[in-house]
Amino acid sequence: MTWLRKNVVVIAGLLTLAYMILPNIVVMVFSFNKPNGRFNYSWQQFSLDAWKDPCGVADMCESLTLSLQLAAWATVGAVVLGTMIAFALVRYRFRARGAINSLIFLPMAMPEVVMAASLLTLFLNMGIELGFWTVLIAHIMFCLSFVVTAVKARVMSMDPRLEEAARDLYAGPAQTFLRVTLPIAAPGIAAGALLAFALSFDDFIITNFNAGSTVTFPMFVWGSAQRGTPVQINVIGTAMFVLAVLIVVAGQIITNRRKKTATA
Amino acid sequence: MSTTLTKEAPGPVEEPILRKPPTRKRLVPYWLLLPGILWLLVFFALPLVYQASTSVQTGSLEEGFQVTWHFQTYVDAFTEYWPQLLRSLLYAGTATLLCLLLGYPLAYLIAFKAGRWRNLLLVLVIAPFFTSFLIRTLAWKTILADDSLVVDVLNALHLLDVTSWLGWTEGERVLATPMAVVCGLTYNFLPFMILPLYTSLERIDGRLHEAAQDLYASPATTFRKVTFPLSMPGVVSGTLLTFIPASGDYVNAELLGSTDTKMIGNVIQSQFLRVLDYPTAAALSFILMAIVLLMVTVYIRKAGTEDLV
Repeated sequence: MTWLRKNVVVIAGLLTLAYMILPNIVVMVFSFNKPNGRFNYSWQQFSLDAWKDPCGVADMCESLTLSLQLAAWATVGAVVLGTMIAFALVRYRFRARGAINSLIFLPMAMPEVVMAASLLTLFLNMGIELGFWTVLIAHIMFCLSFVVTAVKARVMSMDPRLEEAARDLYAGPAQTFLRVTLPIAAPGIAAGALLAFALSFDDFIITNFNAGSTVTFPMFVWGSAQRGTPVQINVIGTAMFVLAVLIVVAGQIITNRRKKTATA
Repeated sequence: MSTTLTKEAPGPVEEPILRKPPTRKRLVPYWLLLPGILWLLVFFALPLVYQASTSVQTGSLEEGFQVTWHFQTYVDAFTEYWPQLLRSLLYAGTATLLCLLLGYPLAYLIAFKAGRWRNLLLVLVIAPFFTSFLIRTLAWKTILADDSLVVDVLNALHLLDVTSWLGWTEGERVLATPMAVVCGLTYNFLPFMILPLYTSLERIDGRLHEAAQDLYASPATTFRKVTFPLSMPGVVSGTLLTFIPASGDYVNAELLGSTDTKMIGNVIQSQFLRVLDYPTAAALSFILMAIVLLMVTVYIRKAGTEDLV
């Protein structure tokens, strides 16, 4: 009993983790299913069919490519605009700081459906045709605040004396920025970029309102939940999951090696 | 915008010591801010203005909509859809509470007890993100299906009798009930609770725990008087990051629920994209926005952490 009392936090924590991982396992297992009928919700028999032909469903891989392109461009846009704002907020004094802070905070404090609906009203009123560009505009808009927050945290913890030292050593402003400021801010920018990519790639609500007839991958999955879920969806889900975990693990190994060589 | 500097610029982050810079340099922050702020003004703030105008318009799709200051739309929308609105707040509130209860032990475990497993556990917390959330939400259809293991076990333990009595489930089913929707919401937003909790727990100086123990505090007292108060910033941002998106969500209610579990997001979505009754949809999303912002403001004031951003 004392063992139980001592480890109650560990047990509760691991149960939560199981709750979080369970759907991923289901997605993985059901990528090997051979469903009866159109929906892939109950287990029938083992099959590799979907893995052999991952793009065998009409329009799915096209939507996946589109989502990846969108996420890439949205990341670039949000990172550039967001990093500039973050530097301005931390490094400079200017008027209307409070209003600007609120303008950056509000998109994060607003239910997505509200932003989605109001942006659609704007596009409808302006007579702008919905499609790739309207979705990109929307994605940059909601990713921006998250990038600002991530970069700002990093820039704030930066020691301003490092840049002063660079200037004392006769580095010009451009050189100081490129050789000192940017490398130190890089982890914050990278975190913001990763977040923006993930948010954009996986976004459904704002995209659904503003995409018109353009179909992103989440929209394809949504549609298939009504029409019938191909096993290939699970294949893509599993492949992305495995790939991402591999990248994270590889990154971890590389940093560990570097640390070892640095200490040796 | 004027270019003169104010001496007492508000905001908590003025650290750098600034000598009087030349005018060209004084303009730098404005140039840095301009593109991003313009983007937010045009694609975030301006749309809200358009939506405000739409919400007081009357007309039809064929004849066009005119601004007639028809505030009655708000009253009508509220009278017709208050059950969905209430349900949204209820589901989102329950999911937030569950996220806190489930997420706290895991965040605590990672911050204080994981040792060399810490990075692995953190990866596992973020890992679900690597699969599209719609695919994962669909997986709950399998997990909570009528003859699934989970439902059979809950049935065998007679837990479903209890939840049915409470009105959370119906008979021997879990899918297409409020419980399924709340379960999906909780699942979807758990990482948003755990990560801020972990961040604020990890910052706590371990010596504070030792000090509490030295002063004869039991583990429970240490948690209540030291750990939990110090983790409040994480609790506040975690609950906000969970509650706000959950209150406007319509994905879980659509995929895991039934017509009796429709949330306000479902109504806004169908009014906007299917019924094409723009004024009602605009009014509803304003009502949702007002309620959420009001709750968030009151909550932040009460919790006493106003410098979140």
